[in-house]
Amino acid sequence: MSGLPLLSLAIWLPIVGGLLVLATGDRNAKLVRPLALALAVAGFLVTLPLYIGFDTTTSAMQFTELRWWIPRFSIEYRLGVDGISVLFILLNSFITPLVVLAGWKVIEEKVAQYMAAFLIMSGLMNGIFSALDAVLFYVFFEASLIPMYIIIGVWGGPNRVYAAFKFFLYTLLGSLLMLVALIWLFFQSDFSFNLLDWHALPIPLSAQIYLFLAFLVAFAVKVPMWPVHTWLPDAHVEAPTGGSVVLAAIMLKLGAYGFLRFSLPIAPDASRELAWLMIALSLIAVVYIGFVALVQSDMKKLIAYSSISHMGFVTLGFFIFNTLGVEGALVQMISHGFVSGAMFLCVGVLYDRMHSRKIADYGGVVHTMPKFVAFMVFFAMANSGLPATSGFVGEFMVILGSVQYSFWIGFIAAITLILGAAYNLWMVKRVAFGAVANRHVAELADINTREFVVLGILALCVLGMGLYPLPFTDVMHASVDNLLKHVAVPKF
Amino acid sequence: MNFVMPDLYPASAEIFILLMACVVLLADLFAGKGRRWLAYLLAQLTLVGCFVITVLTRDGQNVTTFSNMFVSDMLADFLKLVLYPAVAVMLVYSREYLAARKLDRGEFYVLVLFATLGMMVMISANHFLSVYLGLELLALSLYALVAIDRDSARATEAAMKYFVLGAMASGLLLYGMSMVYGAVGSLDLFEVGQRVATGGGDRAVLVFGLVFIVSGLAFKLGVVPFHMWIPDVYHGAPTAVTLFIGSAPKLAAFAITLRMLVIGLNGLAEHWQTMLMFLAALSIALGNLAAIAQTNIKRMLAYSAISHMGFMLLGLLSGLTGPEGMLDQTFAALNAYSSAMFYAIAYVLMSLGAFGMVLLLSRAGFEAENIEDFKGLNKRSPWFAAMMMILMFSMAGVPFFVGFFAKFAVLQAVVAAGHVWLAVFAVLFSLIGAFYYLRVVKVMYFDAPTDMAPLEAPPDMRILLSLNGIAVALLGLLPGGVFDYAIFATYGFIAGY
Repeated sequence: MSGLPLLSLAIWLPIVGGLLVLATGDRNAKLVRPLALALAVAGFLVTLPLYIGFDTTTSAMQFTELRWWIPRFSIEYRLGVDGISVLFILLNSFITPLVVLAGWKVIEEKVAQYMAAFLIMSGLMNGIFSALDAVLFYVFFEASLIPMYIIIGVWGGPNRVYAAFKFFLYTLLGSLLMLVALIWLFFQSDFSFNLLDWHALPIPLSAQIYLFLAFLVAFAVKVPMWPVHTWLPDAHVEAPTGGSVVLAAIMLKLGAYGFLRFSLPIAPDASRELAWLMIALSLIAVVYIGFVALVQSDMKKLIAYSSISHMGFVTLGFFIFNTLGVEGALVQMISHGFVSGAMFLCVGVLYDRMHSRKIADYGGVVHTMPKFVAFMVFFAMANSGLPATSGFVGEFMVILGSVQYSFWIGFIAAITLILGAAYNLWMVKRVAFGAVANRHVAELADINTREFVVLGILALCVLGMGLYPLPFTDVMHASVDNLLKHVAVPKF
Repeated sequence: MNFVMPDLYPASAEIFILLMACVVLLADLFAGKGRRWLAYLLAQLTLVGCFVITVLTRDGQNVTTFSNMFVSDMLADFLKLVLYPAVAVMLVYSREYLAARKLDRGEFYVLVLFATLGMMVMISANHFLSVYLGLELLALSLYALVAIDRDSARATEAAMKYFVLGAMASGLLLYGMSMVYGAVGSLDLFEVGQRVATGGGDRAVLVFGLVFIVSGLAFKLGVVPFHMWIPDVYHGAPTAVTLFIGSAPKLAAFAITLRMLVIGLNGLAEHWQTMLMFLAALSIALGNLAAIAQTNIKRMLAYSAISHMGFMLLGLLSGLTGPEGMLDQTFAALNAYSSAMFYAIAYVLMSLGAFGMVLLLSRAGFEAENIEDFKGLNKRSPWFAAMMMILMFSMAGVPFFVGFFAKFAVLQAVVAAGHVWLAVFAVLFSLIGAFYYLRVVKVMYFDAPTDMAPLEAPPDMRILLSLNGIAVALLGLLPGGVFDYAIFATYGFIAGY
């Protein structure tokens, strides 16, 4: 194993790179784009050894780094990954170059700031996934709001200001309550912010419930779970394509990851006690939001609601407490990262040409953009969980897991397969097929090489993961088993 | 009774600044109109001199002089070493502004130096009388500074308001002190503290006096319900003076609050902690709510100052743990007071930067006063837009900026003292507060500029303002050092008594 601090590199290379891009300035747009791409690719390359060198037999933290940060409050710069987090770091670093490519031509104003915001955000999110110190986690968690706020507000659509504020304040609300919970735990654990210490800390049930609720607010907003999901459609619709991709592919995963890193291991008894609530909220998200997606007339909104519905699957998988459920949820998260990212990129491709996201403005796109429609149909299928795509694996595992837990929960969850197919395919039908709707559609040009490469890479990932998910599930086995064993044991 | 010459050594910096203030006054008299820079330069040199003297005379011991009226301890040294740079930075920021408005008269610098002396006396006060002396010296200088632009009706009105309300607050404070004196028969903070702690004095009289003292302090800190003067004075005063009022004096007010309540009246802690709790909660709530409605950035920052002072009080009131507390007493006190001190210092740094930005946008014949004036700053100057963004996010308490760790430190002290619900209350209102800071960022980044005039600030101000913003970011990344100093200073202060 190399002695390089790989996790620190994964965090700070994009951040420092982002500042470098910022310093290059908006005037040198010609230089900025390749530089940002090179940095993003480099950021991905440094995370590869994390996967290659990963030891799948242990649930212990790997690639750990430890330094003092603020000794006054025993805050440490403590990093490490296990089978749960390592995949997200890879996913995040993988998505960043694609996002840079997606914004290559479209973003003409303030290019340097745009690219820098994405690079910095990528670094911050790697920090969230690898932090093992609660304050370090929190600091990355909250700091990642800043670039997203700027991205939505500066490069977003007509209603961007409202969406940016809603996004920021909603998520801040959750995280502030979590901060109080973290501070409380600091004193309970005799002045430690080490997450692993907290996992072993005995806490009375009543306190666990408060903690669980504080974490719930923070993470439920981020996931987002029904009924605190309303910021997401606004944010998605107004954000530029790259912003939507990062939001859907990575940011939504932060909340779910938080459940696994904080709620379940720190308050396992409360988690079991309140599992009914979580399952109920998840099922509402899966079914109700699925119906809401059906009636959307805006493509981005439709995909946003489908994201919420899919994330309902993820939280459902966590709170049925069996290996199939949790692993299925994790697979679903990774797959959703690819699929929803690709869907937003598809909408982006159309939006760049037509400047409309309304389904009604399209029709018969297949006649003018056959290559593009091939991709779009494929991703829509994946989004509705077609076998042989990555979307199927996760959903199937979660449904199996929930049937194991209770037949009716599994039954209700399975409704999503019908709903998902309905809203995805109906949208594709209206947009891509039929007669050419209007003059603008008739003038559309098919995707260029750059767009083809971006969508092609994602399609390969979706297909690969759908056909052979073992490389993904192998990594998480040990950690998930360990987590479930830990949750099963009462803590007080 | 025979006269004993007091030991002047611990007060060398104070004596130096007093002499220099007189020198500046005379120098300006003889220099004439063409050499306005002389007073400025002398004032800056004075502050540098004070800094050097304080560094040289500091020895980590508690030394009292002037019959125990004046103390030089680690707390005083540390706060003074923060105070001088704060005043110096303020002078740099305001030079161009004052020159453009022909306000850069020698009196300005003399008054600033006297105000600084007042603050130094407050920081080192160990006696009710020296607290009062320092306070009045500061307050009278500030009244005059607010009114320094004689032709501005608004400034005059603000000065009148400030004077009348300030005088009343001083009256309250004095009345409270006289009550305490009546009960325990001493004005020496240390002796008062001992007598109160051992049950001396009539409790009813003491608590009665305490109410007045806390009210007077609340006025000086500008916390609800004694905050009315803050928005009007911040708004009415020339921005350079607002910058001054909004920064360094907060440190001095913090110092006297700490010394009077913790040293002098610690025996009544359960009473003043409850009072501070109400003041803090009200300030955080009202400050943040009222700031939302402001369109004038000076008023907005005034309300934000109210809420920040409320947050600082949260630290001060958590020093002694209640029955549910989780720490032992000494550690709890250290933890809480050093957190409040960190908050005060962080606030001064952010406040200097924020008002500095307002000054940066002002130019001859144009007062940048409205939030709208920041429109499209990202197009006009991406660098300073980024600096202002850092300052705003820091004030909102978002990491990685120093404001986050200030809030964090105070909140952990509150939780340690067992007031978890107070912490929840505070974070919920700081969420509301985030809205108006975000609005400034929105105006700078999301809106198109209406005014494309280039920024006209001199290079020294640009550099310093940049450093100010970078400091806010760097202290957010690595706050450990300042935390340690705050601990040392508080430790020296607590251990000395």
